[in-house]
Amino acid sequence: MSNDVWVVAEHARGQLSESTLETVGKGRELAHATGGKLVALLLTDDERNQINSLAAADLILLARRPEFREFTPEAYGGAIEAALKEAPPRLVLMGSTSVGLDLLSVLSARTGFACLDSCTRLDLRASQLLATCQIYGGKLFVEVALSSATTLVAVVPGSFAKPADQPSGRPEVRELTLPADLPVSRITFHRLIEPPSGDVDITKVPILVAVGRGIQNADNLPLAGELAEALGGAVCASRPVIDQGWLPLTRQVGKSGMTVKPKLYLALGISGAPEHLEGMKQSELIVAVNTDPKAPIFGAAHYGAVTDVVELIPMLTEEARKQGLKKAS
Amino acid sequence: MNIAVLTKQVADLVEGIEIDASGRAVDRDSIRYILSESDDHALEEALLLKERSQAHVEVFSLETGEVRDGLCTALAKGADRVVMILAGQETPPSNHAAARMFASVLKGLPFDLILTGVRAIDDLDGSVGGLLAGYLGLPYVGLVRKVELVDGAATVEKEYPGGFAAELGVKLPAVLGIQAAEQPPRYVPVTRLRQVMKTAQVEEQEAEPASEEPVSVERMYKPEEGAGAAMLSGSAEEIARQIVNLLSERRVTR
Ligand SMILES: Cc1cc2nc3c(=O)[nH]c(=O)nc-3n(C[C@H](O)[C@H](O)[C@H](O)COP(=O)(O)OP(=O)(O)OC[C@H]3O[C@@H](n4cnc5c(N)ncnc54)[C@H](O)[C@@H]3O)c2cc1C
Ligand SMILES: Nc1ncnc2c1ncn2[C@@H]1O[C@H](COP(=O)(O)O)[C@@H](O)[C@H]1O
Repeated sequence: MSNDVWVVAEHARGQLSESTLETVGKGRELAHATGGKLVALLLTDDERNQINSLAAADLILLARRPEFREFTPEAYGGAIEAALKEAPPRLVLMGSTSVGLDLLSVLSARTGFACLDSCTRLDLRASQLLATCQIYGGKLFVEVALSSATTLVAVVPGSFAKPADQPSGRPEVRELTLPADLPVSRITFHRLIEPPSGDVDITKVPILVAVGRGIQNADNLPLAGELAEALGGAVCASRPVIDQGWLPLTRQVGKSGMTVKPKLYLALGISGAPEHLEGMKQSELIVAVNTDPKAPIFGAAHYGAVTDVVELIPMLTEEARKQGLKKAS
Repeated sequence: MNIAVLTKQVADLVEGIEIDASGRAVDRDSIRYILSESDDHALEEALLLKERSQAHVEVFSLETGEVRDGLCTALAKGADRVVMILAGQETPPSNHAAARMFASVLKGLPFDLILTGVRAIDDLDGSVGGLLAGYLGLPYVGLVRKVELVDGAATVEKEYPGGFAAELGVKLPAVLGIQAAEQPPRYVPVTRLRQVMKTAQVEEQEAEPASEEPVSVERMYKPEEGAGAAMLSGSAEEIARQIVNLLSERRVTR
């Protein structure tokens, strides 16, 4: 059995994704600690800009084809499945992302290898690999022993630090020979849909008033708007608020929304699910308000308070106006 | 056009979740069940397709948690048929086992589309949608927020970070993991639901037993309470004042 660790490299609009760089760092550490190699699996139409970012790999397995320009689950999945069956590694890491989530379960069913989602930690303890996964919206951690010969693991973006320094060595690049009889993909890429324009760009606003399902109903949203106005910021939201149609998609923070790093992130009635934290945990100052003292958002916040946001928001607005906060901006 | 929707009940996170005496599993008695949020969206998308193209919609749930009410709600919303799949076991199956059971029931049935929620909050060993697609040899796309039927194929929008999305064409039959429906899930008035429950027919069907146990849980634990934030206390007014003072002191708004 090989002790190699594979990372499925993910790229969007020509660039390798941050989560790939994070998993490469962690994967390399684990592979080397167990005497294995870190192998990056790169499916692309043009590797030139991507290979440099993978310098931390010991080996890059490269499949270059025009149809790998954009991710499509079946073309990617078929190629990875073939490579996996040929030489199964100890561990296969991918992002718990829009790409990784389409690959993980299908590959597990097709190869028979075990799989895990929502992994936020990987440890090697007495030569046993352990994965920690976050479930129930961040309310429970599960420690799982990776006891199968090969396990596929989807890692939550932001769980591991991106290595600061790139190793100087050049990884070997080997072309992946794909079987001639790979089935034709039944999924085709039509076009990329750009984010809607014309709205405030919340990634550029230094003060964000973020509302979650705790805001209760659409009628309360103007309250958040007034607070944002009084603070000189903008309103953004968690997914359920957007899915209810209370605010446009441009205001969504998290895994499938925007990643923001404002000076202030005021999280009002947001539970702090990992998919939300992914998009805001690097904010400079996080203040969270929630009626549930056990809400996971308090684990990510700098300051917290347990109270009803519907009652609190107008008081915050009034106090901010009284202290003339906005004028200072 | 025949559409199958898989729905499941999960713990309502508003209630607390407890770990059982083994330290390796959730105490199921501590759970209050609700329909998994993305399944509500999957059902909504199916019902929209039904309205647009006369699709026939069947909803399937594995007999775990309390599924009967959820299936009746699906009928009240407009599903044509609801089926409870008998798992033949007490403990909830792993997702691999659940997917095997669904595969045994759905295999050979004339479904053009199988819609699942993209991922449930208790998902550990992968998602049933992708696993099922893998077992049945069907294409799978997840994080889908829009489905249109064009000439026997589906055109779907798949979400990416930063507000981006991809439009993909998918040959049918296929499995889709729905993230969000094109409109918020419809609401059923309680009176209508009560009425439907009186006459509702929840069919039952047996699955082939599956006993896959692909992950070995060492332990479960909760995040440490109070780790992280410095907590402000007092009345709402006092909290408001403290927060604004904090912003003022730290010159956040300058
Ligand atoms: C593939 C995938 C992608 C996702 N992408 C995103 C994403 O981009 N962004 C995102 O946000 N989520 C995303 N999610 C969803 C995520 O898992 C959570 O469901 C979501 O973040 C929860 O939003 P919430 O905190 O507003 O709601 P809930 O989890 O329902 O929390 C509401 C909170 O409000 C509190 N509350 C209730 N009433 C009050 C009150 N009166 N005053 C104060 N507090 C109150 C409750 O205690 C609770 O903590 C994604 C999920 C998946 C599976
Ligand atoms: N026990 C079940 N009964 C019915 N549907 C299920 C079950 N488990 C998973 N599913 C479906 O698969 C989706 C993904 O769930 P999960 O695999 O737990 O992430 C759910 O949203 C359902 O659509």
